[in-house]
Amino acid sequence: MATTTAPDRAARSGFLLELYRSALGKKYLMAVSGLVWLGYVLAHMIGNLKLYQSPEAFNGYAEFLRRLLYPILPESGTLNLLRLVMITALVVHVVSAYQLTQMNRRARPQRYEGPRDYVVADFAARTMRWTGVIVLLFMAYHLSDFLLGWVNPAPAGATLYEKVVASFSSVPIAAFYLVANVALGFHLFHGVWSLFQSMGWNNRRFNHLRRSLAIGFTAVVVGGNLSFPIAVQLGIIA
Amino acid sequence: MNLTLRVWRQAGPTAPGRFETYEANGVSEDSSFLEMLDGVNEELVAAGEEPIEFMHDCREGICGTCGMMINGQAHGPQALTTACQLHMRTFSDGDEIVVEPWRAAGFPIVKDLVVDRAAFDRIIEAGGYVSVETGSAQDANLIPVPKESADLAMDAAACIGCGACVAACPNGAAQLFTSAKLMHLNSLPQGQPERSERTVAMVEVMEEHFGSCTNYGECEAACPKGISIDFIAAMNRDHRRALVRNRRSA
Repeated sequence: MATTTAPDRAARSGFLLELYRSALGKKYLMAVSGLVWLGYVLAHMIGNLKLYQSPEAFNGYAEFLRRLLYPILPESGTLNLLRLVMITALVVHVVSAYQLTQMNRRARPQRYEGPRDYVVADFAARTMRWTGVIVLLFMAYHLSDFLLGWVNPAPAGATLYEKVVASFSSVPIAAFYLVANVALGFHLFHGVWSLFQSMGWNNRRFNHLRRSLAIGFTAVVVGGNLSFPIAVQLGIIA
Repeated sequence: MNLTLRVWRQAGPTAPGRFETYEANGVSEDSSFLEMLDGVNEELVAAGEEPIEFMHDCREGICGTCGMMINGQAHGPQALTTACQLHMRTFSDGDEIVVEPWRAAGFPIVKDLVVDRAAFDRIIEAGGYVSVETGSAQDANLIPVPKESADLAMDAAACIGCGACVAACPNGAAQLFTSAKLMHLNSLPQGQPERSERTVAMVEVMEEHFGSCTNYGECEAACPKGISIDFIAAMNRDHRRALVRNRRSA
């Protein structure tokens, strides 16, 4: 009986492993790792607003991040630690999503033969795995563009600000950024309100605010992100 | 009214199934969906054919026995209604209606529209009860129950176990059923002693048979008893706490 074996298993394996074994646990981890990334995308958008201030402010901000907590930690030390946290959160998020998707496919091996009429499941909820994949591919491009510089059109030795302007001046690249950020928006909307469900942060008095919070957060982050390529195209950032 | 039905026919659990088309003529608007199927079956029997198998019992929306996908929706297009309480006036003369069984790995098809919902019983067996001393009945109001808890438990206890939540869920997940059964007992004083063990055990059995939740909310929309997905969030919270508590006692 599951009732009697549960404590024995708990004693044998770690709490996190036991948590991870259940689908509910994978959902908690998806919510927590999602929350880490929500913090990141918000901070990333706010930091990038310095593009509107001046090239010096923007480049100076990048340098500040590189030397964060220096000399307590070596140069780039804090940044690399943060990168490690983000990569870990991303791996947890993607692996859990993959395993849960496999579980869900097993649970509905035969699809409905007749037309299935969805009542409340919205576009964002039903496209989570596809918007997730789009954002993942976008991240690979984005890092190759600005962090590694492999695909950036600016000449060697360009400052980060010059790289941003060079990249976003290209219409196809700017368009790609817009599409990817719209995908991110749908992903964020469903993610933000659903994490309250997955974590069980549930209170009938506040539940109706979850969707408003999701819309507000998504609008702020995606609105900011979309503005950068548009501003470069319009010559506001040059 | 005259209707065209496309009904899923399947001779047995492993037999291949297919849609068969039937004409239902002279159907009364005041008849229920199941009475309409009864009429079709009478004609089938008279013609020497196998009647359409479907499950039913109380025919007043409280037993949870009936259930089928009607035009792609669990229990049909009307909210808060079981198939037996769905009246034909919901449809229009000349409509084509597609009727299919619940489809989920946890609900294998027995025949036609009949599925085996024993997986729900396995979930209840794992912890959907309270252990009490038997003997003479105890005095009323011996255990005080706050009004809020009683209301919450009653909302959860409204679940009739029909399986519409699993049928409507794109992931074939049974979170709404399991969370309703869990929170019915976890909300009450009588349910506290076994709360942690119950939660972990029922979730474990649920995950053996069904999928996981992606917060579509289709279950809540399909539920004939209007069970809220708030219970799913409450189950998620209880499960995490239970894992911590069960470790402490181990």
